Amino acid sequence: MSNANTVDQIVSKPYKYGFTTDIETEKIDKGINEDIVRLISLKKKEPEFLLNFRLRAYSQWLKMKEPDWAELKYPKIDYQDIIYYAAPKQNQKKASLEEVDPKLLETFDKLGIPLSEQKRIANVAVDAVFDSVSIATTYKEKLAESGVIFCSISEAVSLYPELIKRYLGSVVPITDNFFAALNSAVFSDGSFVFIPKGVKCPMDLSSYFRINSGDTGQFERTLIIAEERASVSYLEGCTAPMFDTNTLHAAVVELIALDDATIKYSTVQNWYSGNEKGVGGIYNFVTKRGECRGKRSKISWSQVETGSAITWKYPSCILKGNGSVGEFYSIALTNNFQKADTGTKMIHVGSNSRSKIVSKGISAGNSNNSYRGLVQIGPQAENARNYSQCDSMLIGDKASANTYPYIKSNQPNSNIEHEASTCRISEDQLFYLQSRGIDFEEAVSMLVSGFCSDVFNELPLEFASEADKLLALKLEGSVG
Amino acid sequence: MTKIDSTTLLEIKDLVASVEDQQILNGVNLKIKAGEIHAIMGRNGCGKSTLSKVIAGHPAYKVISGNVLFKNQNLLELEAEERARIGIFLGFQYPIEIPGVSNLEFLRVATNSRRKEIGETELDTFEFEDLVRAKLDLVQMKPTFLERSVNEGFSGGEKKRNEILQMALLNPSVAILDETDSGLDIDALRIVASGVKKLSTKSTATILITHYQRLLNEITPDYVHIMSDGKIMQTGGPELAIELEKEGYDWLNKYEEIKGDKS
Repeated sequence: MSNANTVDQIVSKPYKYGFTTDIETEKIDKGINEDIVRLISLKKKEPEFLLNFRLRAYSQWLKMKEPDWAELKYPKIDYQDIIYYAAPKQNQKKASLEEVDPKLLETFDKLGIPLSEQKRIANVAVDAVFDSVSIATTYKEKLAESGVIFCSISEAVSLYPELIKRYLGSVVPITDNFFAALNSAVFSDGSFVFIPKGVKCPMDLSSYFRINSGDTGQFERTLIIAEERASVSYLEGCTAPMFDTNTLHAAVVELIALDDATIKYSTVQNWYSGNEKGVGGIYNFVTKRGECRGKRSKISWSQVETGSAITWKYPSCILKGNGSVGEFYSIALTNNFQKADTGTKMIHVGSNSRSKIVSKGISAGNSNNSYRGLVQIGPQAENARNYSQCDSMLIGDKASANTYPYIKSNQPNSNIEHEASTCRISEDQLFYLQSRGIDFEEAVSMLVSGFCSDVFNELPLEFASEADKLLALKLEGSVG
Repeated sequence: MTKIDSTTLLEIKDLVASVEDQQILNGVNLKIKAGEIHAIMGRNGCGKSTLSKVIAGHPAYKVISGNVLFKNQNLLELEAEERARIGIFLGFQYPIEIPGVSNLEFLRVATNSRRKEIGETELDTFEFEDLVRAKLDLVQMKPTFLERSVNEGFSGGEKKRNEILQMALLNPSVAILDETDSGLDIDALRIVASGVKKLSTKSTATILITHYQRLLNEITPDYVHIMSDGKIMQTGGPELAIELEKEGYDWLNKYEEIKGDKS
């Protein structure tokens, strides 16, 4: 045969972050009840207001139903079969990195996130979260010089309880949805960022989330506040070992931007996605929402979603401030039996608010990839504008893609534009590249990168090339 | 005659091929030596483009029987990208648009895959920019072409010039140019033709697939082949093309009896 390559023969390459770290872990008993919620709060030595926050969330969660409207079919999750708190055994949070268990440092080294002074990434401060706890945050002192607070949320609870009290749950209320309520009851750790008035954060901030235990859910909680005229760029990465069971990840991220503040939040999500038969992988149910509370404030989400068996995620913006801006740039790639239902909500409240949505979905193998988005223009949002572009690319003939754009406008004086397209990788495009000496797999990833280029342009520079490599890796494989 | 002398680059023997279950090539024989320029002419649907796609390795075209040897190596066993790397080049009649992929990066990856094959060092972005800028003059392209997406929004002439730029970068042993002259105004035709002439050397061969004499006025072929019904019906010198231009393809009908004999 002169050329037996066909597009649907692409298989994904083995997941390179699939190792587990052999470390002694403190875990609590499986299951969830009021005592477990109290125990988590106790372990974290939390003030009463937070315990009450958790208990309220728990009692609300009991009354709520797991959502079933998404294009996601998965076996019922047994919430009593999950461990809600796991932490590597070490004496509390370490004052300095030298005291952190070398095995943990090694793990992050292996993941390409060196934490030690000598090797750490220049100009990016990292908060490293391992299972339920944050193990280290780099460049803390340097950031403190400009008044920026960057630490784990547990630390923030004890050091800045007033900020937590004021802002936690103010964007995603505990009753928002089933998974947000669960997170509010049992959240373990995550990052806290506070950029004071007028400060432009001197370096990019980043959190790296690592799930290590197979039977433990991860419920991280992130809170970012940018005061008047402040700005910050925050990056988030995630990986997990390969287990043949499914691990639940239910995070909540809240962003608050006051007058003229800017928050740019970028994610590369590469949780383990299960094997080529669809066994194992992370169930990723995430609530991410930003509130442009102030005038002319801006929140920009960009995400590259390549991992997880199931992704349920809609990073959203509430555009309260007049003249505020919300953006959502997304690449979601699914392969094998992965399912993703992802998109955004742009809620226009303030006048002259603007939003832009650019979504690129790529489905290969037997996967299903849905875009689901809402653009809502409230009665006060005069002159609001939205532009949405949702493109899907299908690789092979067993993958599927759906687009569900919802538009609700209560303001006649507003402007909403929506464009959508679906395409397949064409044999002629592939042949053109191959006839120039470019091999099949590289040709496919070139076409995919080209398809995603509008979104790559929005990612922080180093992140963009990392994301590009990640996409290539996910599509790479032996071809007949 | 199976023995190939050292200067033969490409030998096509009794090639029968089909696309979408329809047999298009009905036994093509052709031998091309280094330093030669061949023109293949013929009506629409006679199999000219199919021949070029089969040589380049398009997966939709199936070889039923026959052989294609490149420098004594069985070309049909190789994937399209392998053929390109060892020195087969196809200039497309309709160059494909690749949205979002920068022309510069595309050209660099392609060039490096060829360089790697022939033992030259691969070039990084900066080194490659120097190389490509030097080649731009050949086809009178502006550097801004490099920043655009591959062929996207290019005019017909720009697309064809981009093909010749690729030829210049890949330095092929055998270049097949499929109707590179179609859709070009006279100035663009001259630019393309002069580029091709400069790239045709003693050690390489060029196959021009064309409908018209006007390209052959710019580039004089050593041989002209006329294809009809999936076969080469007649071979001659440059005068054959001139005769064809004068008489039209109906003139070929006198060969129809030969076809009748075979079937």
